[in-house]
Amino acid sequence: MSNAMTSGKGFFPVNGAPYTPLECLSNVTEPTAVIKSFLHGTRGRLQRAAPFAAALALAACTTPGSPVGSATSAKSAAPAGALAALRREDVVWLQRLTFGLDSRTVGDYRRLGRERYLDQQLHPRDEALPEPVAAQLRALEVPQTDPAGKLEELHERRRSINAMSEGADQDQARKVLNEEGNRLAYRAVRLQLLRAVYSPAQLREQMVWFWLNHFSVHQHKADERWLLGDYAERAIRPHALGRFRDLVLATLEHPAMLEYLDNAQNAVGHVNENYARELMELHTLGVDGGYGQQDVQQLARVLTGVGIDTAAAPHLRRESQGLYVRHGAFEFNPARHDFGAKMLLGQRIDGAGFAEVARAVTLIVRRPACAHFISRELATYFAGDTPPTELIDAMAGTFRRTDGDIAATLRTLFLSRQLTGLPAPIFKDPMRYVLSAVRLAYDGRTITNTRPLLDWLNALGEAPFGRATPDGYPLTGPGWESPGQMSRRFEIARAIGSGNVHLFDAEDTGAATTNRFPQLSNRLYYEAIEPFLAANTRSALDQAGSPQEWNTFLLASPEMNYE
Amino acid sequence: MSSLMSRRRWLKLAGGTLASLGAAGRLYAAPPGGPRFLLVFLRGGYDATNTLIPYSSDFYYEARPGIAIPRPDPSSGTGALTLDADWALAPALRESVGVLYQQRQVAFVPFAGTPDLSRSHFETQDSLELGQPLDGPRDYRSGFLARLHSTLTSQGPAASAAIAFTDGLPVALQGPDHIPNISLRQVGKPPFDDRQARIISAMYAGHPLEPAVTSGLELRREVAQAMQTLADEMRSSGRDALSIKGFELEAERIARLMRDEYRIGFVDVGGWDTHVNQGATQGVLATNLAGLGRGLTVLAQSLGAEWKNTVVVVLSEFGRTFRENGNRGTDHGHGTVYWVLGGSVNGGRIAGAQRALARGTLFQDRDYPVLNDYRAVLGGLFRSLWTLTPAQCAQIFPQVTPVDLQLV
Repeated sequence: MSNAMTSGKGFFPVNGAPYTPLECLSNVTEPTAVIKSFLHGTRGRLQRAAPFAAALALAACTTPGSPVGSATSAKSAAPAGALAALRREDVVWLQRLTFGLDSRTVGDYRRLGRERYLDQQLHPRDEALPEPVAAQLRALEVPQTDPAGKLEELHERRRSINAMSEGADQDQARKVLNEEGNRLAYRAVRLQLLRAVYSPAQLREQMVWFWLNHFSVHQHKADERWLLGDYAERAIRPHALGRFRDLVLATLEHPAMLEYLDNAQNAVGHVNENYARELMELHTLGVDGGYGQQDVQQLARVLTGVGIDTAAAPHLRRESQGLYVRHGAFEFNPARHDFGAKMLLGQRIDGAGFAEVARAVTLIVRRPACAHFISRELATYFAGDTPPTELIDAMAGTFRRTDGDIAATLRTLFLSRQLTGLPAPIFKDPMRYVLSAVRLAYDGRTITNTRPLLDWLNALGEAPFGRATPDGYPLTGPGWESPGQMSRRFEIARAIGSGNVHLFDAEDTGAATTNRFPQLSNRLYYEAIEPFLAANTRSALDQAGSPQEWNTFLLASPEMNYE
Repeated sequence: MSSLMSRRRWLKLAGGTLASLGAAGRLYAAPPGGPRFLLVFLRGGYDATNTLIPYSSDFYYEARPGIAIPRPDPSSGTGALTLDADWALAPALRESVGVLYQQRQVAFVPFAGTPDLSRSHFETQDSLELGQPLDGPRDYRSGFLARLHSTLTSQGPAASAAIAFTDGLPVALQGPDHIPNISLRQVGKPPFDDRQARIISAMYAGHPLEPAVTSGLELRREVAQAMQTLADEMRSSGRDALSIKGFELEAERIARLMRDEYRIGFVDVGGWDTHVNQGATQGVLATNLAGLGRGLTVLAQSLGAEWKNTVVVVLSEFGRTFRENGNRGTDHGHGTVYWVLGGSVNGGRIAGAQRALARGTLFQDRDYPVLNDYRAVLGGLFRSLWTLTPAQCAQIFPQVTPVDLQLV
């Protein structure tokens, strides 16, 4: 039976009829009666290398209610005229574009074909989240909060706490405020994780994560926790597939960035060049991008007066009033600005107030070095650790031709022969690893508690908003594949595989549900993973003594750790 | 600043110490364990100027009106600790590193650093950890501690065993030898039995990750055992493992592994990028320094008899601006101060080339200059510790002449 099932074909309906993954799969994500009785009846023999794959395969294909799953044997599960099996190239391409496969992804891809699917991913319309997920997001309220109001309230509370006399009450008030910050930071993380797992617009979700990492901010600096949700939702997300210049300016004007890289303190006579440097080194040009210390100092002068204010507008001299800019908590204060002429990257920028900033950013993002740097970063993330020069050049060409259109640059990438052929394998970073495991293990079932996801990402060293330094997490394999990280990863594999993880507990009340191990040997597994397993992995799976162990071995395998 | 005089003074001192160590200059005659080296990397560029305070420089007090550490008061048991006529130690380190200094187990090397002028954390950390010449092609998968390790393999696996006490493998230890890493901040029970570990490893047979997978699983088990023993010992000696935390707890664990198994170690400590409100005698920097100092004291104590075989170097990618910025903080600078600690370190002195600190002697009118190149200083240290040949030194730090600061 095991061999028959490995043909892995025929799970998808014929003649392009719409594939309805939830209907197909909603019942196979739990151990079925078949596997339970198998376990129950054969417990004594399990230690002797029981062929768990066979048992699990049976469970997967006898699911009632699935259009084709009512078949009781592999043979009849592969009707004549079924869609051709996914090629390895298709699987890898889809894995690159997404946070791992789920049945909705595979169904959409099958229905639309590669180019139409890609174009839909590059220009996603509505969010189209499953309703249980959408309901959870609405409850988070993150997108509705205004950072200016939040900061003002925070400052007010801090003032009143500082005015209290020292002692237990003051300590308690500080603690309450601190916990609120933690709660807000967690909400921002929860929002991103739920979308990353469930949004059908997977490429957008990957790009939101990519840019959050590229324009990295750290939750434990200053008041960042009060700002993260808004930063992700209003600075990053709307521009994730848009124009690069807009994205840079959105991060530049966001209090989260201004606070994190200290530009809120940058003023004439008190120049702080931290942000100016990272803006060129990490965000746009790259460290070899053809600028020097002189340019950093000049850009820092351009950025003087760009900061945060939540109180009433400052009292300004009449001639300065027209130059004052304020939206939300963002402020350009001409009284703090250096109006002298600057010389940036060989170009003269005359003192003009905030208009200088837009000029400087335009100047920077139109440099060939910027097109090249951003293309290289994207290619490294999607095509592998050492992307070919010709691919980077092609992407940089598109970037320049389209004035930094991110979607167009990605289109060049995803339709390149490097991506449509079999590209060099990528070792999944923890984000990709954890999300792809959850998307496979709980395909179609809505998790209610994202804490375990965050715990795993923490343990693997890639928690959202958790990078202390502004360079973001590593994009390449060697950052993640050291011995210590591998053994930690296998521990996570065991946690996910054995199901004892509280993903379905109530988030607020902590009310526990019965934890059942997931069924990784599901339809998706036979469609997209099983056909491509190496002999070593098959041999390991054959030695599993329980379904939980089988899951653990699969999640620990090279096939699940690379894409 | 009487730099010349202090240099002469310590040269004399150093000569005397060396004579007792034998003509070969080798520190350890027939060591039971052999030399150990631990690199403590302060990521973020710690403010060396408020740590080793140039109190004889009036310019220091002019340049840092809001954050300077007051001059040492000899009549007081608190405040900055006088080290010599020019330098004093931050009050936050007085009870820890200050005590080791008085026991001549710490030397400071000011004006140390890299030639990297990017003033970028990441660029400078990477170039420091790579330890390769800045001009010319660089191999980004070859760190200097990994090269030290492979150089020492000729002395046998026990003499060269290397490890990083970090979540990820740092650039300094990247190379062809698959050096293990494990963070000691939290250590739990091993998750797999031998059979499971064997099956998982077998999936990676012949795979590029096979060494990482195998040593990761093994190390996890070994460390869990060692930490269990340590916890038992601490309990039986009346010390509660929960009463120490942070870098102190980490240092206790590091000491255990460096004492029993490893000869080359690496750990990093973050939180040093003090652009805003860094404080002076108290504040963010002082708190960080105090925790670091306590950890180093724990390390020295817990290494026991092996402390005399151990050299710890504490460094950072760069120093910070000599002047405070507009926010009572400091920005990215250039030269910094390296700390060299150990039971047999030729300590109680300020080592290396020095320069009086005044407006005109700053590098680019903002930072400490680098007068003691890190590759030359560390190369000289390694040469003395392990009696390396010129060819071996060149393998670790190509195209540089090691400088002997007589640190051991």
